[in-house]
Amino acid sequence: MKFGIVVNEGPYTHQASDSALQFARAALAKGHEIVRVFFYNDGVNNGTRLTVPPQDDRNLQKSWSELAAKHGLDLVVCIAAAQRRGVLDAGEAKRHGKDADNIAPGFRISGLGQLVEAAILADRMVTFGD
Amino acid sequence: MAEVEAPKLPSGVRKKLMFVNRKAPHGTIYALEALEVVLISAAFEQEVCLAFLDDGVFQLVKGQNTQAIGTKNFAPTYRALGDYEITRLYVERESLAERGLATADLMPIVHEDPDDADEEKPSIQVVGRAEMATLMAEQDVLLSF
Repeated sequence: MKFGIVVNEGPYTHQASDSALQFARAALAKGHEIVRVFFYNDGVNNGTRLTVPPQDDRNLQKSWSELAAKHGLDLVVCIAAAQRRGVLDAGEAKRHGKDADNIAPGFRISGLGQLVEAAILADRMVTFGD
Repeated sequence: MAEVEAPKLPSGVRKKLMFVNRKAPHGTIYALEALEVVLISAAFEQEVCLAFLDDGVFQLVKGQNTQAIGTKNFAPTYRALGDYEITRLYVERESLAERGLATADLMPIVHEDPDDADEEKPSIQVVGRAEMATLMAEQDVLLSF
């Protein structure tokens, strides 16, 4: 089956990102395909590489990046939501005159159309949020 | 609003998409960012409808004014949905009643009906909880905010 995944909450405050990650791992382990993981609302904060969680805690951003590298996952951060919250790639940082970018490896910034497109391409859309 | 990308999809795919609005406006960003997806979805030529339930029914209350709290009042955007050919806004009757609201408290939202000489028709349909469940079951995709 083709799954599309939406993550609507940021890391650590909410369980949404943990649950989505575990769902993605389980789906891949069962041989399913994940057409895209789309990060929206505060979910875009999963895509910053500047988080430094305590060493005895899980590192969600790193886990997503590693899963993406291993399985070729398409991790898309919504551009409008990301700009509001200060998640930028090098191109966006330059375009808006900011002195740094923070997008994590394996994530890319794109438009909301990518969410709608995933919803159309997937057999099932699964949303993780509040 | 985000940039609209050219949809690159197999032609002829037409899914039923329902955006489920469950949160009151202004206190959190969910209503506004849901509306942003709804507007983008119109570019994809799918069958789009909206559901308003729980505190989501407050999104359609008329006379909203955010001046005193310094946030953007996006309520007028709902009235433009007809221009995006989004013509079905289902509002759950029980959610209204539980919050002391009536249909008369909601803003008038209309669309032009191309099958009826572009006559203006109301877009809001108040439906019972059981009917809402049936509508949800008929969808291909639910996106919940």
